[in-house]
Amino acid sequence: MNNLFNYIDRPSPIHRLTGATKCVCLLLWSFAAMFTYDTRFLFILSVASFVLLKVSRIKWKDVSFMMVFTAAFLLMNNILVYLFSPHHGTEIYGTCTYLFGLTGKYAPTAEQLFYHLNYFLKYTATIPFILLFVCTTNPSEFAASLNKIGVKYSVAYSVALALRYIPDVQREYHDISQAQQARGIEMSKKATPLKRLKSAASILVPLILSSMDKIETVSNAMELRGFGKNKKRTWYMGRNFKPADIAAMAVCILLVAISYALNILNKSRFYNPFI
Amino acid sequence: MEDCLLSFEDFGFQYNAQQKPTLYNISFSVKKGEKILIAGPSGCGKSTLVHCINGLIPFSYKGQMTGSLKIKGKETRDLSLFDLSKSVGTVLQDSDAQFVGLTVAEDIAFALENDCVATEMLKIRVPEVAKLVHIEDFLDHAPVELSGGQKQRVSLAGVLVDDVDILLFDEPLANLDPATGKQAIELIDEMQKKTGAAVIIVEHRLEDVLYKPVDRIILMGEGRIIADTTPDRLLSGGFLSENGIREPLYITALKYANVEITPLIKPSSIKSIKLSDEDKLKVRNWYMTAKAAEDKKLGGMLLKTDSVKFAYDNGHVALKGITVAVKEGEMLAIVGTNGAGKSTFSKVVCGFETQQEGKIFFKGEDIEGLSIKERADHIGYVMQNPNQMISKVMIADEVALGLRTRGVPEDIIREKVEKVLKVCGLWPFRNWPISALSFGQKKRVTIASILALDPEMIILDEPTAGQDYRHYTDIMEFLLKLNQSGITIVMITHDMHLMLEYADRAIVFSDGLIIADDTAAHILTDKETVDKASLKETSLYELALMCGIDDPGDYVKRFIDYEREVMR
Repeated sequence: MNNLFNYIDRPSPIHRLTGATKCVCLLLWSFAAMFTYDTRFLFILSVASFVLLKVSRIKWKDVSFMMVFTAAFLLMNNILVYLFSPHHGTEIYGTCTYLFGLTGKYAPTAEQLFYHLNYFLKYTATIPFILLFVCTTNPSEFAASLNKIGVKYSVAYSVALALRYIPDVQREYHDISQAQQARGIEMSKKATPLKRLKSAASILVPLILSSMDKIETVSNAMELRGFGKNKKRTWYMGRNFKPADIAAMAVCILLVAISYALNILNKSRFYNPFI
Repeated sequence: MEDCLLSFEDFGFQYNAQQKPTLYNISFSVKKGEKILIAGPSGCGKSTLVHCINGLIPFSYKGQMTGSLKIKGKETRDLSLFDLSKSVGTVLQDSDAQFVGLTVAEDIAFALENDCVATEMLKIRVPEVAKLVHIEDFLDHAPVELSGGQKQRVSLAGVLVDDVDILLFDEPLANLDPATGKQAIELIDEMQKKTGAAVIIVEHRLEDVLYKPVDRIILMGEGRIIADTTPDRLLSGGFLSENGIREPLYITALKYANVEITPLIKPSSIKSIKLSDEDKLKVRNWYMTAKAAEDKKLGGMLLKTDSVKFAYDNGHVALKGITVAVKEGEMLAIVGTNGAGKSTFSKVVCGFETQQEGKIFFKGEDIEGLSIKERADHIGYVMQNPNQMISKVMIADEVALGLRTRGVPEDIIREKVEKVLKVCGLWPFRNWPISALSFGQKKRVTIASILALDPEMIILDEPTAGQDYRHYTDIMEFLLKLNQSGITIVMITHDMHLMLEYADRAIVFSDGLIIADDTAAHILTDKETVDKASLKETSLYELALMCGIDDPGDYVKRFIDYEREVMR
């Protein structure tokens, strides 16, 4: 529930890829989308990422919250950009085409709107892919994947441990907060910010103290079962790369290459239809 | 010495940070297939001994070792922690913390993963071991979905994957309800028979461990071995109570009746004990002469709930209509399995959660509209782990916290804090930092900080969990004193002894309902309730039946009343 991952177990070709593949693909895909403002390319990526979301059998209701949240954020972001530099587009594309017969500082220009379209496409190209990763990667497999792509296993395992203990810590926070409220510590908005900060401390101190006890036990438990003995370890949830994994990564590398090539062809990061 | 798995010879250990050794002259050995119980009060050095056996000493905790400790013929100091983990499998007391995997299967595989065993092999081996401890249907479950007993099974499976020679259990009963504890002891017995490993159990709840036979008991006190003998012999002597270990209740009862306990009558378990007709007569005679105490006089109605129903947001119905009445001055126990609704009930009463149906009355008034803080002026809530409540550095500040947040003038606070600290026996420590206190003292600080608010009623969650007999007695006598001063006390507990000895009445929760509301003596002699609520019948019940006493419940009550009168 309150987890970093919102893994949805609904078999699909995307689910069958290893976590490592998806992690690498996410990085490559994001690079590809970041490098360029080429509208045509971003448009294809956007369409593709929605298609992939469909292929992975993720339903709208699974991701609606994140989608709406991002959309709101994106809208706000665009409004701010427009308010602060309404002529950013004209500066980039070098022309100035006023629309609707209006002129002036905040009058819309084709260039500015085109710039906003690109901005929007960058988000639509990457956000669905991030959701795809979050929803189709089994958290247990994720640590194994990190280790596979070269992250040290102690670091990779600490990710798994965090996922393991976050719900415990949340529950403990909840319990402590209730007990402290019973002693009269005001946690609601009625208190001044300074008071609330103090109140938070009265929950964090016991939380940290009791977590410290636990950390010692956990690290003992791990050492007693041989954690840290060898330079390597295997993973119960580990999976080997299959042809599909290699293919997926190859496609993503290709995308980065295309993105890079487009920058050279366009002689800039922007695709300019105005000249 | 071939089959000697573990041998201590004149072994001693002193932590680097300590001025005196923690262990002195330890000498004993454990053979293949033996089952040993190590008992002793808190602070006797049992935990240090456990660390020495599993290698955390000297590899994680540093200090000075003297004498010799050999495992399979090799000095442990010449091995590594990882070598030792191949021979000794440790099941820690806190099986929740020992659960390091995201799912059962991963946790069981953990040791093998660290040994670089191929993933395909893991997929074969893990289900095998899971089957051994009967957890195979839960392989893809996360720890939050498991009960305490199931988590312990996973911990056990996690060390059994390694084919260890010695299984070491550190207080396996500490976090389990009575029936689950019984199953744990059965499981340990079963595992020993299946794997042939030597088993070392460290536990102070002697009677519960002896439910299945052990070969020897090593009794420790103040860092030394006091006795190393068979259970029958140990129980025949007076060693136990002298060393802060509670002897089994049936032994105490027999002693009251002047029955002589000798190794010949096999006193190690109520199942094995052989009583002569003469002995039985003695017990019956004692029963006839022992007087039942008069019932305590109680005040008016303090707390009353009327078919309270509560469901969590996730749809789990935790309370299905709870109606209870608590009278002023009562000392009440609430018992039942984990998830039966005991804690949820106390949360609803304190206002942490709000019931969907039903009413709660305090002194006749409906408290529906009262906030957490307002209810806390009347009903104090003490959490199980004092570390979860303490937020100040100094004792006096911690106790004053609730008063300060209520804007009480400083001079009245000082007066009140002084009074409460004296009541709680914390006055000599008033200027100490809390971190310097023991667990039991911290518990008192948390109780003191609740008492400072002058509540009429205190709810305590597991007041004695993880405490040895002496600390248990300390805490409970203190609560009894508070109760006698007029404060109503409600205790949520798993501890059958606690409910027998201290509660005027016990309420049994099962699956969100109340299935019994009676004296502890009656509840613990009623088989149906006992089974339904995962409790455990007291051995006194079996003793009464064995001796031909018609009303075992009454016998148990007289025993407890006698004990209260004589012992206090």
